Amino acid sequence: MSVDVAVEQLTAKDFASDQEVRWCPGCGDYAILAQVKKVLPELNIPREKIVFVSGIGCSSRFPYYVESYGFHSIHGRALAIATGVKVARPDLCVWVVTGDGDGLSIGGNHLLHAIRRNLDINVLLFNNRIYGLTKGQYSPTSEIGKKTKSTPSGSIDFPLHPLSVAIGAEATFVARAHDVNIKHLGAVLKRAVAHKGTSFVEIYQNCNIFNDKAFEYTTGKETKADATLVLEHGRPLIFGADRNKGIRLNGLNPEIVTLGDGITEDDLLFHDEKAPEPTLAYMLSRLYHPQFPEPIGVFRAVQRNTYEDMLEEQVAGAKEQKGVGTLEGLFEQGDVWTVD
Amino acid sequence: MDGSETGIGTGTATSTGGKTREVSTRRLDHVVIRFAGDSGDGMQLAGTQLTNTSAAFGNDVSTLPDFPAEIRAPAGTLAGVSGFQLNFSERLVHTPGDGCDVLVAMNPAALKANIADLTEDGTVIVNTDAFSAKNLEKAGYESNPLEDGSIASHALFKVQIDKLCSEAAKDTGLGNKALLRTRNFFALGLVYWLYDRPMVTTEKWIETKFAKVRAVADANLKALHSGYYYGETTEVFQTRYQVNRAEIPPGRYRKLTGNEAVAMGMVAAARLANKTLFYGTYPITPASDILHELSKQAHFDVKTFQAEDEIAAVASTLGASFAGELAATGTSGPGIALKGEAMGLAVMTELPVVIVNVQRGGPSTGLPTKTEQADLLQAMFGRNGECPMPVLAASTPGDCFDMTIEAFRIATRYMTPVILLSDGYLANGAAPWMLPKLSDLPDLSVQHPQANGREFLPYERNEFGARPWAVPGTRGLEHRIGGLEKAAGSGNVSYDPDNHERMIKLRAAKVAGIANDIPPIEIYGDQDADLLLLGWGSTYGAIISAVDDVRSKGKKVASAHVKYLNPFPKNLGEVVQSFKRVVIPEMNMGQLLPMIRSTYLVDAIGFNKVQGKPFHIKEVVAKIEELLEG
Repeated sequence: MSVDVAVEQLTAKDFASDQEVRWCPGCGDYAILAQVKKVLPELNIPREKIVFVSGIGCSSRFPYYVESYGFHSIHGRALAIATGVKVARPDLCVWVVTGDGDGLSIGGNHLLHAIRRNLDINVLLFNNRIYGLTKGQYSPTSEIGKKTKSTPSGSIDFPLHPLSVAIGAEATFVARAHDVNIKHLGAVLKRAVAHKGTSFVEIYQNCNIFNDKAFEYTTGKETKADATLVLEHGRPLIFGADRNKGIRLNGLNPEIVTLGDGITEDDLLFHDEKAPEPTLAYMLSRLYHPQFPEPIGVFRAVQRNTYEDMLEEQVAGAKEQKGVGTLEGLFEQGDVWTVD
Repeated sequence: MDGSETGIGTGTATSTGGKTREVSTRRLDHVVIRFAGDSGDGMQLAGTQLTNTSAAFGNDVSTLPDFPAEIRAPAGTLAGVSGFQLNFSERLVHTPGDGCDVLVAMNPAALKANIADLTEDGTVIVNTDAFSAKNLEKAGYESNPLEDGSIASHALFKVQIDKLCSEAAKDTGLGNKALLRTRNFFALGLVYWLYDRPMVTTEKWIETKFAKVRAVADANLKALHSGYYYGETTEVFQTRYQVNRAEIPPGRYRKLTGNEAVAMGMVAAARLANKTLFYGTYPITPASDILHELSKQAHFDVKTFQAEDEIAAVASTLGASFAGELAATGTSGPGIALKGEAMGLAVMTELPVVIVNVQRGGPSTGLPTKTEQADLLQAMFGRNGECPMPVLAASTPGDCFDMTIEAFRIATRYMTPVILLSDGYLANGAAPWMLPKLSDLPDLSVQHPQANGREFLPYERNEFGARPWAVPGTRGLEHRIGGLEKAAGSGNVSYDPDNHERMIKLRAAKVAGIANDIPPIEIYGDQDADLLLLGWGSTYGAIISAVDDVRSKGKKVASAHVKYLNPFPKNLGEVVQSFKRVVIPEMNMGQLLPMIRSTYLVDAIGFNKVQGKPFHIKEVVAKIEELLEG
């Protein structure tokens, strides 16, 4: 594993591939792509050491549009492929781009297991709460009752909440961002890359064709401030246009309170992304509109050994203990006898 | 076995405790022995020990374990019977034998499940302590076969193994239950005496295995010795047998199962390619031992990855291959069914990976621990779209080593996934294997491209039709691959109709072109015979043994064995067309058969057995004789 000493200063343009971007005009994916291309040069990682892996779906076209190594694979399997890439080459900076269908439905199993292994990879799950590429069926994150082409009477599937799933799978880094809040998205992406271990980022992404304005409550000018809670480590959970509302615990349940009238910041829940137990992060992942503001930012960022580091250690340990294997030594393993 | 007895000696004296008795010694050219008991009785271990001892002694050996899918089926029932058959010989052997000459049965169920395979004049040694009314009932016996004369045609030796084991090692301080666990070693000791085998290999094994538990080591050693001395002292046995050393080519040998050979071939291939090995897999019978073996080889830079499922296993393998490692996955038929889509992705992205299918009885879960060859057409055609992949098949446990290396050679030279077919019989069967000379192994070194100032074309093709294997981390060669159709050359996504057809033809031509790079098929036996037996995979041993047998009777017959199933060797058409009749023995309903018939328009006929068991030599002999007479 060698780190290139001289990394030329790249710009977002250097990460634009020669492929024409083919998402629908107005798709939230454009903004995410722009932010990723903006963040990549700031990482000081040589372009050739960056690998984007994706599955199938609108979001999964992403690797074609980034000038780095890329693998657009099959439905749901991006994380399994990325696992092979990272285990083979821990020096590579590996990104997985997936969606709510690709990552949580057909690829749900791989998502759970990649997260628990804590490979040092960055997983971006574009959540638009709809199947776009197959033209508008409900997804595992679609709200109950949603009317789509496949659910004319309304969906009767209860939705999954991606961050809750990730936390349940022992994620060490969990965050949420919006496609339209690009500054915040860029900051979250940088945090995700900086985290050693699997970084799971849910990005609310608008599908303007099949599920337009799905997140308007949390991005629209009028409602944004009351429907969004920006998480800051060590700070109380405060939100609202006048920053006078907060979240406090009532027993085990969160409740919204208004500051003043004897309620101070000290009565509120304080965010602790480094809490060893995921209880707080999980509770935050369960705050939904319209009952609660939906948190964005880093929910959880804790340290744990990565799979690839532990594997490398085992390989190194085996070599130290047994000596580096030779072919002759390989054949001579076990009971060997000579016939004269 | 018929004709196995080649000489008789008498008058060998054996003495213990001052007593001397006359025991005759008979020379046999080979013996087939089967140990059978409950799956917890240690029969696999006893068989393995006798195999190691006989191989080290200088016999040629071939073995076949036969165990139930249940780890511990209810004790004493037919479902729980575990067996291990060993053929040791003074001649070269190619199969573990048809029936057995000796059956060691540890309980009534073991007797019942195996007695049909015992030769008519065969010997059966039973543990009479296990023949209780309850166990007889569990095995479904209405009366005691040891007393009712139903097995009277065989030489029956009744030994109170439980009682003798309890007695032998009672001073070790172990409880009776623990003492009874040594009964496999008692039976083994008795067999060692009967066939005049040295005990040292097993003694050493016990000492090493139980080094930390002295009492258990002592109990097992005592059981082993008691069994041996039981044979020597008691007057139950009047004859001992000798099987002399075989004329085996000089060299260094070890015993190898097919699964061990695949694992060793993978490690060797990685070394020969100067690469690290990535093995992504999901546990499945009968392929898991490949994972177990590779997990021990971390000091060879082997990385094993036990994935969450079969799909992740193959997908991780593609990722590792994309990243530049030598990558493989192993599974059995049900796993291949799950891997199909990702295998198609490997064809589309033209990445070198090796996919091992250790076939078992199907369909569905089928017979997990039994052997079958019914996944050939799955390997050929079991993917969506026009999706050709090279398919190889190993023919013996040792051949699994060579064909694994060959699979990697083809995969890396042609940038293609390669399927290697093994099966449960090869996987668990063992035979002596001559350690290869390093100079005989192929060079698998790979040239990865570097940026050279010219535009990089990920789908440009070389003389083999292969695209460049550009590895992440290589500056200037950044590119994207994927499952969407690729434009020739650039590899960009292309929906152009003409390009699609062109790419389909390029991928097919690449695989077909491998025929120029593989050895021609060889004819064994009589070139001028009318009848050719055409086999593939693990039927090899039974087929050539049968051909030898028929030819030894003065009749003409030939055989040929297909190790490359896609593409076929270039001369295969000529070979099958040069015989009047072609018969294809397969452990399926006929899968190579339609391939041969449609490819070469030859009126080949099938000879099929789908019982989860390999062909017996005599079955193949009978078929040959029927066809020669007919």
